[in-house]
Amino acid sequence: MLKTFSKGGIHPPENKLTSAKDIKRLPAPKVVYVPIAQHIGIPAEIIVDRKDKVEIGQVIAKSGGFVSSNIHSPVAGTVTKLDMIIDSSGYKKQCIVIRTDAKNETNFQEIDYPLKKEIDLEPAEIVKRISDFGIVGLGGATFPSHVKLNVKEDKKMDCLIINGVECEPYLTADHRLMLEKGEEIVVGIKILMKALHVNKAIIGIEDNKHDAVELFKRLTANEKQIQVAALQVKYPQGGEKQLISAILDREVPKNGLPMDVGVVVNNVGTVFAIYEAIQHNKPLIERVVTVTGKKLKNPSNFWVKIGTPIKDLIEEVGGMPEGTRKIINGGPMMGKAIKNTDVPVTKGTSGILIVDEDEACRGEVKNCIRCGECVNVCPMGLEPHLLMNLSEKGMYEKAAQEDIMTCIECGSCSYVCPSNRPLLDYIRFGKNITKQLASSKN
Amino acid sequence: MNESILNSVLLLVSLGAVTALVLYIVSKKFYVYEDPLIAVVDDILPGANCAGCGSPGCKSFAEKLVGTEDISDLFCPVGGNEVMKLVAETLGKEVSEKDPTVAVVRCQGSCEVRPKTTEYQGPKSCAISAMIYSGETDCQYGCLGDGDCVTACKFDAMFMDETTGLPVVITDKCTSCGMCVEACPRDIIEMRPKNKRDLKVFVGCLNEEKGGIAKKACSVACIGCSKCEDVCPKDAITMVNNLAYIDPEYCTLCRKCVPVCPTHSIIETNFPPRKEKKVVKEKKVVAEPSGEVKSVNLTKDA
Repeated sequence: MLKTFSKGGIHPPENKLTSAKDIKRLPAPKVVYVPIAQHIGIPAEIIVDRKDKVEIGQVIAKSGGFVSSNIHSPVAGTVTKLDMIIDSSGYKKQCIVIRTDAKNETNFQEIDYPLKKEIDLEPAEIVKRISDFGIVGLGGATFPSHVKLNVKEDKKMDCLIINGVECEPYLTADHRLMLEKGEEIVVGIKILMKALHVNKAIIGIEDNKHDAVELFKRLTANEKQIQVAALQVKYPQGGEKQLISAILDREVPKNGLPMDVGVVVNNVGTVFAIYEAIQHNKPLIERVVTVTGKKLKNPSNFWVKIGTPIKDLIEEVGGMPEGTRKIINGGPMMGKAIKNTDVPVTKGTSGILIVDEDEACRGEVKNCIRCGECVNVCPMGLEPHLLMNLSEKGMYEKAAQEDIMTCIECGSCSYVCPSNRPLLDYIRFGKNITKQLASSKN
Repeated sequence: MNESILNSVLLLVSLGAVTALVLYIVSKKFYVYEDPLIAVVDDILPGANCAGCGSPGCKSFAEKLVGTEDISDLFCPVGGNEVMKLVAETLGKEVSEKDPTVAVVRCQGSCEVRPKTTEYQGPKSCAISAMIYSGETDCQYGCLGDGDCVTACKFDAMFMDETTGLPVVITDKCTSCGMCVEACPRDIIEMRPKNKRDLKVFVGCLNEEKGGIAKKACSVACIGCSKCEDVCPKDAITMVNNLAYIDPEYCTLCRKCVPVCPTHSIIETNFPPRKEKKVVKEKKVVAEPSGEVKSVNLTKDA
């Protein structure tokens, strides 16, 4: 019996249409739009100006604080303007617009570096470089990686978990990366183990990616410190807390961090980005994006430069199919519909999902029938129906007492609700207000 | 038989007497002094419990009025000056007089002038929609049209106009409690002085984008051209972030700014219709054969 997390969870149809498709490299787009707020925390500060020439990998926006991250130019070219562009948040945000030069120097373009196994840097240097090279969590949350690696002295770390779960339906970016860059990821894991001073790492992979499980078992056959854990397929296993529960059977305390139970979790995409940063001096300027949807002619996985407009990707997979109702940035469960196709790819874009009327539209909202399904499936052990009502009625203090802030916004409750109630919408709203109230109190 | 009636009567009377005694003692022992004025002031207040004054309800506002020395910055927007004057008389304190205000909706982005570019399917609530994205149209400053202000209004003074998709304020019912102002995530609703006969002139737009972008999203958007600012004789109009704002404190309701606005984004309410000028005088420069330039008045039918 394979392991999985203890509470709740659902089994949405997997729809992994692109799991057998190689990751294709796209030519650099003519113009890139690089938002300065691509990570959780303080937005970066722009340090280039109009008409400046920039090189690939040059820092164009500097980290604005500890929980923040540098942003590097994904192309060589000229800054044409500093503009406000609608990004995946649905609002206009500050962007650096760069027109690519015709030649576009190839310092970082080729992906196939020779594998480099020796790790020369010391732990402190590793963390510094991860911070300098703008690495953030590529699983979707875009939490700056160096913050996770700055372990407080009173915390005792004993295990590094690598997240190769990819529990979101449709997405295959991590799966393909694991298959194509397995050896590099293993080196990346060693880099992280060195930085964290731990001597145990476990790679968690769901069993629907059997080829990846086999590959990593083979690659780590001689590595005693690195284990592979094949996991039962269940959403949202890719959530940090769920993954720790599944692999180590430890529960992260309420309002706590994985650090509190001696664990750091990193996504395989992040591990690969760290490998490239440490071994090949390459900052985070591109990522794997799955462009998928049932009606698409040719759904694929791509290496995409940060800042590429999404419309370029849609063209690459055969254009927008007729009857498209929604374009989602991310997967169908946690992704967010975007406002137009000019929205650029950011560090957190793991997939672009194009859905039609049948999949996109919400059903008619009916009354709660007290079936308790939402409570059954909540992986955090909350009562979504209660939280929704509290937040709808404006009882935010009570909602905070009912642990609204521990919700991971996985959307399982909305998915199972037979009355189509917008549970997550209201919970998210309640969380927002609770956060505001808390910050206004301080 | 008489005896049984007598017994029960006696029993009940003694029971009543004992209970009355207990109640009397308790009420004396645990008596809390409350200023009788509070009840009087509470009676004067409108009793709407709208929280427009900042207190949770009329009773607590009455307590505040009685309890504080200087009540000049406390005001009941629903009762207005009349009620405050009565309160002042009762308490023997000074109150400040305020011009009555009324809510105005500073957005004219109906479906016609502000085309929808996306469709929102989430819960019908402006607050949630604003949290998710910038709205169904390309204007990220305008009305979201889900009616949070109408829900917040406790006086039935607002409704959603179905043809325009915008909220409408019924000025007679509006008590300017300010609940709608708080409910609107876009700060579209403003409390402006009611003036005589409810005459108002204000900018019906909040779009801070540059002119071209604003106009593309909405044909009645303020494009920040400053024409109104130039024409205003009282310097009541300021331009901040490509957006005009008419300060009600200086505005004399002369309406000179209304016709000069190229996008018609300045709203005037309850004014009598303008007298149409039959003859428009136009100055035209005509070059004389002698080379002298002379100004001539030409008359043309409008």
